[in-house]
Amino acid sequence: MSRRASRPSLPVTIDGEEYLAYEGETILDLARRVGVRIPTLCQLDGLSVFGGCRLCVVQTEGDHRLKPACATEVTGDLEVTTSTHEIREHRRRIVELLFAEGNHICAFCVSTGHCELQDLATEHNVDHIHYDYEYPRNTVDASHPKYLLDRDRCVLCTRCVRVCDEFEGAHVWDIAQRGSESRIVAGLDIPWGESESCTWCGKCVLVCPTGALSFKGRSTGEMVHDPEVIAFLSRARREGEWVGRKEQV
Amino acid sequence: MHDIHVIDPVTRIEGHAKITLHLDDGGSIADARFHVTEFRGFEEFCRGRPLDEMPALTARTCGICPVSHLLAGAKATDALCAVRIPPPAVLQRRLANLGQIVQSHVLSFFHLSAPDLLLGMESDPAVRNVFGLMAAEPEIVRRGIRLRQFGQEVIASVAFDKIHGGGIVTGGVAEPFTTAKRDAVVGWLDEVHASALATWDLLWSVTDQFADEIAIFGDFDSLYLSHCLPDGTWEHIDGNLRITGADGQIVVDQFDPADYLELLGESGKTDSYLKAPYYKPYVDGDDPRPGMYRVGPLARINNAERFGTPEADARLALLRERFGRTATSAFLYHHARVLEVIASIERIAALMDDPELLTWPVRADAGVNALRGVGASEAPRGTLFHDYSVDRQGLITGVNLVIATGQNDLAINRTITDIARAYVHGPDDLTDGALNRIEAGVRAYDPCLSCSTHAVGQMPMVVELVAPDGEVIAHRRRD
Repeated sequence: MSRRASRPSLPVTIDGEEYLAYEGETILDLARRVGVRIPTLCQLDGLSVFGGCRLCVVQTEGDHRLKPACATEVTGDLEVTTSTHEIREHRRRIVELLFAEGNHICAFCVSTGHCELQDLATEHNVDHIHYDYEYPRNTVDASHPKYLLDRDRCVLCTRCVRVCDEFEGAHVWDIAQRGSESRIVAGLDIPWGESESCTWCGKCVLVCPTGALSFKGRSTGEMVHDPEVIAFLSRARREGEWVGRKEQV
Repeated sequence: MHDIHVIDPVTRIEGHAKITLHLDDGGSIADARFHVTEFRGFEEFCRGRPLDEMPALTARTCGICPVSHLLAGAKATDALCAVRIPPPAVLQRRLANLGQIVQSHVLSFFHLSAPDLLLGMESDPAVRNVFGLMAAEPEIVRRGIRLRQFGQEVIASVAFDKIHGGGIVTGGVAEPFTTAKRDAVVGWLDEVHASALATWDLLWSVTDQFADEIAIFGDFDSLYLSHCLPDGTWEHIDGNLRITGADGQIVVDQFDPADYLELLGESGKTDSYLKAPYYKPYVDGDDPRPGMYRVGPLARINNAERFGTPEADARLALLRERFGRTATSAFLYHHARVLEVIASIERIAALMDDPELLTWPVRADAGVNALRGVGASEAPRGTLFHDYSVDRQGLITGVNLVIATGQNDLAINRTITDIARAYVHGPDDLTDGALNRIEAGVRAYDPCLSCSTHAVGQMPMVVELVAPDGEVIAHRRRD
């Protein structure tokens, strides 16, 4: 959250408890500030809002639709419900669909034990799925000297796309194709190692929530991501910590 | 010849299989065939995966032998990176394999075979299992469980977990060994060494009761293949291979496992998912049987002159005094297994005294420096080969896994044929005792079908008796 009035003033109710929200604050920002857990996947502090995964959906009074908490700003007198049977079931089905459309085999994944998708599956009691597995025939891009892209483990959260564009300014990554054919590509669908715009900074690897992006040479469970580094960079840039000045925003 | 009896599923082995017994026109056993009915497919779906994933990925073949695949897989990826792993990593890997040999052999002996050996081949099938044994001989079973726990703890000290641990990686191992781990292993040694010796005493004391089985269960000439040091000392992971004949003469010595394809061929079968490797120079034509060789504990003790540890060598001498320099009966796999448990514990004790075990670094770091790499080690059931090919980026383009159980396939078929001929003379002879002896003939090799066919589950058994015209005369099934 970057824009903030001096004092919170908007009365908002979350799960029956009343809080005061800042102008422009999202439901997710407020919930986190007051300690209410809403699961997320594509959202990452410091990056722009994508709102694609729909894990953070909540209900608001007077509206039957589920809304993404990460992309919905609070309004005065808003009543928010974050956890009903319907909401939890909806989130669980989303996690199941993520598993169904990829080839997520935790047993030998580089990120097992350090995977946000795995944690979400545990949180939502996903011990089986209700859908047929798609078993897509994806490819692994090992062309980069330092890093590895395993599309079998990609959930298309676009964190890598956004961090490369918004922080590194290189915009190596994009999503090609549409629907179930969607996949992460480097450049205009060239091998990652041939991308001249890649600076080898590794931020995309650090923010990946699964084992899709990893450092080469890592064995099972050895890939530990560090997505919090982006919130640190975001704050440091916003507040001018490296240039000897403070921007009050 | 035609006729078929089926034992399906075969029980108390690891995996799913069935046995068919084929009769000739006179109603006698013409042939017996061991069919493995599950398929794994690792050689296919590993293609396209990154090389660093291969040790842990192939370890998922089996929950009993994961360490064996971790080790062979890591040695193959070491070869792809053209690295020599640091000495303390060598020691840690050796330690893990010794723990694997202990826990797997103890599982085979106490949980799978001891019901036959201690309760009798003809005993009530309802209690001829580890639970029946537990009721009859609780202290013996307790000893087995503790021994297996020890093996698993040793594995966990290197691999982090008892099953499917991640500590064995390309280039070595993941972490240096610690004094706390060493002290924990040392704390077990007196108890498990005594238990292993007591297990030998128990087996040796009942050996005479199985004179018929020893004579009938796979007592034939074959080659034996295993790792062995140049001076004849027993080896279980590093170095080169030796092949000897039934007469004890060395046929080939110190050949590099990476060159295994020069000496070993693989024949496919239409009635089993098991591949049947054979010794190439002895095969001229389509029939692989002249090239039959055996692997595993029996092969290792036949190829080696000595274990190099005191108590194991003393008992090996007893075995040789009784059965000759080369033990040819498959029944003696049980004895070889217990000897290897003793030797492994004594080797573990020696490793605990090696100060280099606690040193570092433990991991060599490198990229792709070779496009093909072969790793071999002695899995509990025998020599295991992992053969990987990669592209220049390190993605797998080809996999060949040569599993110990597959290498024993020709011998297992010969063994069950011999047993069937001795105990089955027609449909009326398909007694439970006969069926159990046929199964026990398979069990002597401690096959792991999950590993060998790239499948899941236990190994129940079906036997069919098939007449010359193909009619199934009798069918017995046991789940």
